[in-house]
Amino acid sequence: MTVSEQDLADRFQDVVDRHERIEPRDWMPEKYRKTLVRQVAQHAHSEIIGMQPEGNWIARAPSLRRKAILLAKVQDEAGHGLYLYSACETLGTSRRELTEMLLSGRQKYSSIFNYPTLSYADVGTIGWLVDGAAICNQVPLCRTSYGPYGRAMIRICKEESFHQRQGFELLATMMRGTDEQRAMVQESVDRFWWPALMMFGPPDAESPNTAQSMAWGIKRDTNDDLRQKFVDMTVPQAEALGVTLPDPELRWSEERQAHDFGQPDWEEFAAVLRGNGPCNTQRIAHRRKAHDDGAWVREAAVAFAERSAG
Amino acid sequence: MSEVRDEWPLYEIFVRGKRGLNHVHVGSLHAADDEMALRHARDVYTRRNEGVSIWAVRSDQIAASSPDEKDPLFAPAGDKVYRHPTFYDIPDDVPHM
Repeated sequence: MTVSEQDLADRFQDVVDRHERIEPRDWMPEKYRKTLVRQVAQHAHSEIIGMQPEGNWIARAPSLRRKAILLAKVQDEAGHGLYLYSACETLGTSRRELTEMLLSGRQKYSSIFNYPTLSYADVGTIGWLVDGAAICNQVPLCRTSYGPYGRAMIRICKEESFHQRQGFELLATMMRGTDEQRAMVQESVDRFWWPALMMFGPPDAESPNTAQSMAWGIKRDTNDDLRQKFVDMTVPQAEALGVTLPDPELRWSEERQAHDFGQPDWEEFAAVLRGNGPCNTQRIAHRRKAHDDGAWVREAAVAFAERSAG
Repeated sequence: MSEVRDEWPLYEIFVRGKRGLNHVHVGSLHAADDEMALRHARDVYTRRNEGVSIWAVRSDQIAASSPDEKDPLFAPAGDKVYRHPTFYDIPDDVPHM
């Protein structure tokens, strides 16, 4: 007896609708697989490229304590990238293909990492705002319909909390310092606020894939809902820090019981995605160099393993 | 050097969270050999004391049941309700049962 494609599709949707998980060897629609590969790979690439902006400050961290924290955080980002590559490989795409698609620009990473880290305060701002936004995005993804992706997200979310808290604590320490240090924090927040809001993706009206992704249980919330949640979460934190979020339209709305806020510059977002952000070229060039410089190590390890196996 | 020579095989990683628990699958990674798989597994999957023991197994060495034969493979257990303790009626006043 053969099972028709329609039967398989019905069974698949039934599992998704019951909020159970799809596992690697289950039948799945080809478009579901493609959408997941694109999303999980983009997520993995973001973690790997995301090591660069902060790695920029490891050698210049102001104390051994801060240096050890930053090293641990950047190592976590590498780990997160590897959890996600591992999840992506269960969909039948090899690591080699994923690396090549990143280097050739066929797969993207988050636009946020194309902005430079100009001052040490940026290390704190990235932890607080960028990792804060990432947590907003990632917590619902722990319940995503694809098992390996959800499990990777659970591990990542546990670790992101340290990232956000170390960033907030770093900024709070600077805010208790000199006027110059407070000015550094404010300047950094001014630069990262809008790019952080862009991390949730385009407005719902311009996000054509959202409806299908939600029907498949890949996404659990729309971009605009998550952005709202992030703003509402961040405002009291900014007050506690004593920094101003650079949005003149930002205010509490009694009627909506949520904050009204302005829109990021979506043209800038599109330009950064097209490759015209401040650091796109540098980020990929650095990743390519690391990959090429490591080739002899990968080859030597294989040669050693073959010889040891005799 | 050919392109394929720098591609490391895939390993599945299992971690025992603490003594007394089973090893549990946590994910996969690439390594050139068994020893490197264990070292990488420590760095990737146990950065925060998540385990006391790691197993690394080449992915191509794992035999798995196919999801397509799910029903026939597990069906024999379906009609053997007598394997479960609740199948048996025991009077309420019999202790420690």
